[in-house]
This record gives sequence, structure tokens and C-alpha cells, in this order.
Amino acid sequence: MRRSECEGGNYYISLMQSLDQIRPDPDALLASLKKEDEKATKAKLKIFFGMCAGVGKTYDMLKSAHDAKSKGIDVVVGYVETHKRVETESLLQGLIVIPRKKLEYRGTFLEEMDLDAILSRKPKLVLVDELAHTNAPGSRHTKRYQDVQELLDNGIDVYTTLNVQHLESRADTVSQITGSTIRETVTDSMFDQADEVEIIDIPPDELLKRLSEGKVYTPERSQQAIQNFFRKGNLTALREMALRLTAERVDHQLRDYMQTQRISGPWKSGQRLLVGISQSPQSASLIRWARRMAYTMNASLVAVTVETAKSFSESDKAQLSKNIKLAQELGAEIITTADEDVAQALVRVAREQNATQILLGKPQRLFFFRKNLLDRVIEKSGDLDIYVVGGTEESSVKSKPSHFPEIQSNFLQYIAAVAAVSVIAMLCYPVTSFLGYQTVSLILLLTVALLPLKLSAGPVILAAAWGALVWDFFFIPPRFTFAIASGQDILMVITYFAIAAITGTLTARIRAREKAVRQREERAVALYNLTKDLSSARGQNEVARAVVTNIKKFFDAEVTVFLSDVDGDIFTKAHQVSTFKVDEKEFSVAVWVYWNEKKAGKFTDTLPFAQATYYPMSGPRYPLGVIGVKFNRSQQLSNDQDTLLQNFISQIASTLEREQLNEIAQKSIAFVESEQLYKTLFNSISHELRTPIAAIISASETILENKTVNNSEVKENLTDEIHTAAERLNRLIDNLLDMTRLESGRIKPALDWCDINDLINTALRKLDRELSKHKIIVDVSSDMPLVKLDFVLIEQVITNLLHNATLYTPPDSNIQIQAFVEDQECILIISDNGSGFPKEAIQRIFEKFYRVPGSKAGGTGLGLSIAQGFVAAHNGAIKVENKKEGGARFTIRFPMQFLNQNVVKE
Amino acid sequence: MSNQSLVLVIDDEIQIRRLLQITLEAAGYKVYFAASGEEGLQQVAMVRPEIVILDLGLPDMDGIGVLKKLREWATIPIIILSVRASEQDIIGALDAGADDYLTKPFRSGELLARVRTSLRHGEITEKGTLFQSGSLYVDLANRIVKKNGEVIKLTPTEYSLLTLFVRNAGKVLTHRYILKEIWGPTFEEESQYSRIYVAQLRKKLEIDSTNPKLLLTESGIGYRLSVEQ
Repeated sequence: MRRSECEGGNYYISLMQSLDQIRPDPDALLASLKKEDEKATKAKLKIFFGMCAGVGKTYDMLKSAHDAKSKGIDVVVGYVETHKRVETESLLQGLIVIPRKKLEYRGTFLEEMDLDAILSRKPKLVLVDELAHTNAPGSRHTKRYQDVQELLDNGIDVYTTLNVQHLESRADTVSQITGSTIRETVTDSMFDQADEVEIIDIPPDELLKRLSEGKVYTPERSQQAIQNFFRKGNLTALREMALRLTAERVDHQLRDYMQTQRISGPWKSGQRLLVGISQSPQSASLIRWARRMAYTMNASLVAVTVETAKSFSESDKAQLSKNIKLAQELGAEIITTADEDVAQALVRVAREQNATQILLGKPQRLFFFRKNLLDRVIEKSGDLDIYVVGGTEESSVKSKPSHFPEIQSNFLQYIAAVAAVSVIAMLCYPVTSFLGYQTVSLILLLTVALLPLKLSAGPVILAAAWGALVWDFFFIPPRFTFAIASGQDILMVITYFAIAAITGTLTARIRAREKAVRQREERAVALYNLTKDLSSARGQNEVARAVVTNIKKFFDAEVTVFLSDVDGDIFTKAHQVSTFKVDEKEFSVAVWVYWNEKKAGKFTDTLPFAQATYYPMSGPRYPLGVIGVKFNRSQQLSNDQDTLLQNFISQIASTLEREQLNEIAQKSIAFVESEQLYKTLFNSISHELRTPIAAIISASETILENKTVNNSEVKENLTDEIHTAAERLNRLIDNLLDMTRLESGRIKPALDWCDINDLINTALRKLDRELSKHKIIVDVSSDMPLVKLDFVLIEQVITNLLHNATLYTPPDSNIQIQAFVEDQECILIISDNGSGFPKEAIQRIFEKFYRVPGSKAGGTGLGLSIAQGFVAAHNGAIKVENKKEGGARFTIRFPMQFLNQNVVKE
Repeated sequence: MSNQSLVLVIDDEIQIRRLLQITLEAAGYKVYFAASGEEGLQQVAMVRPEIVILDLGLPDMDGIGVLKKLREWATIPIIILSVRASEQDIIGALDAGADDYLTKPFRSGELLARVRTSLRHGEITEKGTLFQSGSLYVDLANRIVKKNGEVIKLTPTEYSLLTLFVRNAGKVLTHRYILKEIWGPTFEEESQYSRIYVAQLRKKLEIDSTNPKLLLTESGIGYRLSVEQ
């Protein structure tokens, strides 16, 4: 019984396991689905891949192009290099060739592919030879593969050719094998991205035969080539590499296929490789190595740089950003972290990122009394696997010149350290007898302890050692020898050196840490300030202003902002808050950045001739705009500053997005409101329009047809009815027109000096008839100045309020109009002594089409709403209340400029 | 009516034409009609009307265009009668040479008054130096201004402003026109001058300055010196 239970349990577990094995990793599935999706819509890249020149890649490419053409596909030749090979040249015939672009460079003309011509021609398929080619200076991109990327991004299929030695991750190995340096390289991501890779392979012997027949190069060049690059050994190695790479690719494709077809198989465990990169030139080969390894393992790659307080020379900084860029190009995710302890930082990031392996370069110099980085990483790593990769000869040779400036920059520090100790010693020397030589050591110790305030650790240690020697030689008896008489003194010298070195380095380290903390704090504060400004900014203009001031302040740069409009259309000019002007050339860079959503301009590979660097602000639906930054200094931003700037920009982008969504939301609210208005209007039309029309028709018919109406009084009454109805219709139309103007936001007050007396009188005259049954009291203060208002709009406001008063008060009521100045505001009060508004109505009185329940016919429900709209257009406010003594009171306040009447002289 | 004035109405709306015919003929005018701008221009040359009532929305050309063409050779009074009611439209028409502007819907009485004023305005410019309206009496030749027979002292600027109104009595004068005529072209935007001086003139000339009967405000456009009283 017990046994069978046990078996049952086992069975269950194994079932679970097998289920687990069958079930594909959901993330991987999602990714593969996405990939499938992208592939369906994206332009296709086909690479004709070979081991070296002369295998017939261009030839095959052209043949495929003819095949495509015969299928009716629109094929053009973007750039093909025939090398004057007859067979190849004959294949060019019958294909449309886009003329090359000529670029002048130092007096000579260089021919390049005309990218813009192809983009505007928009063929289905374009042939672009030699993917690894470096473009002539002055081209949009530094590398041809970037051109190809742009073609693909624009939905144009590309056929291209590539040799194995030009692949970034293989360049090192190839140069090791062949002994020649590879300058033109293509990022591996380009190769991975290819939808199809066709390997063009011929056996080395045959290639050599073709070479000697002069089919590849001219005879004299062939001879040279066979002796150098095209040795049989080289060719075999290159061929193997090319074949292996293609095989690996096939393997990947198979895996991808299995994933997309949900075929269960050996699912990847989601390995993650972490590579530590530094400012060392060796890092480059380490990164390439990591990339190869990650590719074979099908693992993702994370590259980590650790910032310490140590200051880098300019060349080091440049090398570091070069390394980071390389890692980026090779598809690694870049993480920058700040920590004084590099080893600890690496392990920390590895754990945070769930990395399974860490790759490190083999240390070149071993420290004397400090454990090297590798040891410490191993010590802390726990269950993580550590790979150590050796450096190559070439890169270590390269590294020397790059270290030279660092020593030079520190050189002064070392001199200063020695000088400081020497001067103190010289000052002490004459008074030694008075002080005693042991006191001198304390003074020197103090000096060394103070040095780290200005100097870094190395010079301080030198100062400590120098101090020990000086003390020994000049002060400890017997003087002027290094010999020390007493054992006590020997101990003193050693202790002195130890204390000096330890205090010195400790202080230096504390200071360095302090500096790092300060820098980090500065960055945090900068980001905080930006976020604060952005969150308080309302509307795109304020956001743009916040962007400009913050970037300008923190990066010491001039800034220009381009914002696309709410409908996602591209900008046509820089935003007015921009602090530098862009000419047409700069503007075209911004436009490129907008369409391609990649940064470009100065310090980048794309359009580097520009004066400023342009960063895209990507949004979920369309690009939000571009920020151009023109740095006042000549150097590139350091890596962490660049990261900060990118942070700034993504922060800005999300704020802009928020603003745009806000605007859209508001628009849709306005839309709903106008829908509502439409409905109310529709209901209202039937009543408000038809009532007076009915009155007109029936009254006029009675007059026309009913001859019995001979009574002149009846006739007059009927005519009067017609007149009243027509007036009412007219008022309704006026109101509707005013409302439409308000709704469309087209009300812009034409401010002009107005005499309030005149305003009130004009309104009163207009309502002569309606007001005839009321008592009007006008009270305008005698010192009322001229005020700037739109005469017609405010006259309408007063008219509407007066008309409202006539409708809702009984005949013989008083209507009072007051105008005076209070606290720099012009106050207009219109009140009556009627019954006032019901409590529940007072809240809704300004709503469109709202009418107080039970009020008499004749109003449209629009008058007060229009009055409010016109007042608001003047930035004024209108308020309604019931007077304590009864009746309604409308108070209007205009904040405004006044004109003292005395100002105008004869 | 002893001398029937000839009125030419240029309007394509039949209902308005019928209404105008009834109203104007009842007031003793002889009315001619034109249904398009082109026809209107021909009629002015042929019929030689004493006054033209012109609609702005004509089927063949814009009323302002007709107005400008007419003003090239004719000095007869032209009254615009249009549904276009915005201040810019009105000012534009007045600047283009219209003597008066009335918006549809209009009151027949108002229209007749404007027609009378415009016709009389032609007489005033010819006769010239004496003007009387309600309580106001102005003798331009002798620079005498009287209210209810009492001589009123005016400052030079007030006087020249009043002269401008008298010379154009019954006509709407735009703010810009007044400013340009009295203070010069550089003052065309300084509307506070005209407001203050008109207010001062009212204080001196009107019987009740808070309820002016002489110097009338045309909202958003300008002022008019009334000739009806």
C-alpha cells in the first residue's frame, strides 16, 4: 500500500516535469510571436556572406536581383562594386542603377551611395554591396550598414554582401590569423537581424585558381594578394569560420522555428552573461569574446561599468565610451553603477540582473599588497560562474599610449607631494636642535596627513616614503647617512612610514568617496529639480521652458526644442524658448532624428558635422519631438553624464506624453460637451424656434385670410404679436451665434479704451422697449477711469444681464447698475429687487440652456452662459447671489489696466 | 411728394426687395432694382440715382467690390444693408467709402431715417456753414456753438472734433477716422483720446450726458452725430 502511494507520487512529479518540459517558456513565446510579427511587416535583409573577397558574392547577388526582377519586383542598384570583373559587369546590364553621390573631401571626389535618392525612389528591393564599407566624411552616417539600417527602417528590402572578417565579433580572431588589422567592421546585430544569409562558398584551391587567372584582381595585385592575405592556410581558417558562423545561425533559426511552432525541445534556461568593462583597450576584445559566447549559449548579455572616484584621463574616458558603444552595438544591455568597490559592484549587479556567469579580463598587473579585482570577485561571487579571458598582444601594445597622459596629468601631483615634504623638512632643519629630531617626524607626519586634501592616494604614499627617507637621512643620528644607530629609531621610521601611508591613503579614499557621493548627489538633485519643474509645468510651453532651463543649467549647454503637434505631425520650427538658432542644415538633422528616433549630430556616428547633438523623444504612438543640445565645451559628455542626459530626456518625454494625453483628453471632453450641446440644441430648436414661428404664421394668416378682422385694435395686436415673435427669433439666433463663437474658442476680446458710462448707455438704449416697464438706476462713480475692454462683448454682457432682469422681475421693479473701481479691478454690479433665484437654481444659472424651472417663456437659456463666457474671455469673473433684502445681484470683476483721464492733454 | 428722390436697391433677395419697395415707395421715393453687382453698376450709370442701398452678398461679386468700383467715379450716398454684422465688416465697408451701414434684420423706420440723413448730408456739405439739431446750434463760419440758445465755450480740440461731426452729420465716423482727422495719422491707435473728448463734448452739449441724444455711440465702430430731433 505504502509503496504504491509512493509510486503514485513519483508518477505525479514526473508528469509535472514532463508538462514543464513541454510547456514553452511564456516570455520566450511572447518574444518569438513578436519576432514573427515584426518579420511580417519589416523590410527584409539578405546577406550574401563569404569567407573573403573574390568568392563571387556580388555576382550571386546580381543574379538573385535578376531573378527578383523577372518576378516583377522593383529592383534598383544602390551601390555595386564590380572591381572591373567582366562577368559581374555584364550582370549589371538591365538593372536600374541609382547614380552615386559625389562628395568632395580634401580636394578629391569620393563616390558614395546616394541614400536620399534611394529613399525618395522607394523601390521594393535595393542592392547595396560591401556592407562593412566606411562612408566618406560628410555623409549622413559613418558606416554603410547604418545606411542599410535606414533603408530597412523605411520598408525597403536590401540585398548586401559581407565577408566574415568584417564581422565585429570575429575581427579580432581574423586579425590574429591573418596578421592584418581589420578596420571596417559591421555590428553582429546586423548579421543577426538578416532574414536570410546565403553563404557563397568555394574551395580555397579554386579561389586561388581564379585569383591567379586574374578573375579577382589585376595580375600584379593578385600576386601581392596571394602572398599576403590569400595564403591557403588563411583561406581555410576563414572558410571554416564562415561556415561555422552560418551553421550556428542555422542552429539558432531552428531553435527559433521550434519556438514559434511551439515544438517542445531543449528550451533555453534564460542564461544571462555579465561582462565587466573598463577604460582598458583590452575590454574591447573581452566584449567581443563575451558576445560570441553569449551567441553560442543563446544567452543575453549585460555589460557593466563601475564608476569609482578615480579620475580618468581624457583618453581613458574616450576609450571607455568607445568600449560601451561597442558593447551596445554588439547588443549588450549597458548598466552603469557607482561604487568604490568594483568587485562588490560587479557581483551586486550580477545578482540584481540574475546573471549566471561573469566574464572578466585577465589582470595584467598584479598589485603588491592588494588583492586584485579577479580574486575579490571570485571571493564574493558565491554560486556565480566566473570566466577569465586573456588579453591579446595587440591590445596591450595599444594600451600603452593611452596610459601615458594619465601619468602626466598626475605627474604634477607627485612633484607637489615631494615638494611639500621637502619644504617642511627644510623649515625644520635649522631648528632641529631646539625641537629634537623625533618631533620633526611628527611634523612630517602631519604634513603627509594633510596632503590628501589636495592629492590622490599615489602621491600621498610617495610623500610618506619620501618623508621617511628625508627624516632618516637628515635628522636621525648619525646624520647624512641612511644608517640608523638605535633600534628604537628603526622602529620609529617603520612606524612613521606605516602611519603616514595608512592615514594618507585612508584620507584620500574618504575624500574620493565623498567626491563620488557629492557627484551622485548633484546628479540626483539635478534630476529632482527637473522632475519638480516638469511636474509643476502645465502645457507644452511650460514643459519646454523647464527642459531648456534645466539642461542649460546642468550641462552648460544651449538647448533647442522641437515639439511635434498634438496630432503627431512633425514640427516645422524650433520652439520659441530655444536658446540657440538652428539653420537649415541643423534643422535637417533634427528632422532625421525625428523620423529615425535615434540620436544624431555632434559626437555621434550619424551626421557628425552638426553643431549640436540631437536626441529623440519617443512616444508610444508617434515621436514627441527632438531636443538639440549644443555643449559649450568641446569634449564629449562623460558616460555618466550622458546617461543622466538620457534620463533627463526620457523624463521629459514622459511628461510631454502626459501633457499631450491631457490635451487629447480635454479635447474629447470638449467633444462630449459639444455633443451634449448639440442634443440640447436639437431639443431646444423644436421649442424655441417653433414657438415664435408658430406665432408669426398664425397671426399673419389671421390678418391675411380672415377678412372679418376689421377691428383695427385686433389687427394691431396681431401685428404686435408677429413683431414680438420675430424679435424673439432674432435674439435666439444672435445668442446661438455668440454661443458658437464661444464654443469654437474664437472669442478674442478686441481690447480698447472704453467709457463705462457710454457702455451702459448704449446697452440701455438697445433695450429701450424691454426696459420701458422697469425703473433703471445707473450709478457710475464719478472718478471712473477709462478701462480696456471689448466694447461690443461687454455691451452684450450688460444687455444679457439686463434682459435677464426684465424677464424674471415683475413690472415696476428696480434694476440698478453700478460701476466702480476696487483693488485694481473694475466692478460692475447689476441687481434688481425682484424675488431672486431659487436656491437650487443659483448653482446652475450659468449652464447652457438652463432655465429656472417655472420661468416664463421668452428666454433661451443661453444669455447668462454667454455673459459668463465673454467675461471669462476678459479674464474676469462673474458671480450671482441673492441679496439679503431680496432680489438677485450679479457682480462682474475685471482685472485690468486703467487710464487716468488726466493723462490725455490737449 | 414734389421731388421724388431716386433710390437704387442692389440686392438679390426677392423678399427683401419687395419689402423695400413697399417701405420706400410708401415714403415717397422712386425705387429701382438691380439683382447683381454688374447690373447695379450699370443701373447707377443709367438711372443716376440719388442714393444707393447695397447688399454685400451678391451672386456675381462681393458688395465691397461694387462699393469700391462705384467710389471710383460716383460720390452719391451709399448705404450698406447686409446680414454681415461683425464690427470688422462694418468698419471695412465704411473705410471703403460707404456712408452708412445697416444690418439685417432692420427696422423700416431706422432705414428710412438713414436714407433721409444720407440725402440731407449731401445738402449740408453744399450749404455748408449752419447746423441745427435738437438743442444744438453750430455756426461754422463764425465759430459759434450754442446749446438751447446759450453760447458754449469749447477748447480748440473740442471745437475741431465737433466741426468734424457737423461736417459729417448723420454719418458714422469710425474711431480711426476721427483720430486720424483730429490728432493725425500717428494717433490712429490711441483711442482713449476720442473717448475722452467725446465724453467732454457730451458733458458740454447734451442735455443729459448720461443719455446722449446728439453724439451717439455705434458699438465697436465709432460715433455718429444725430440729425433727427
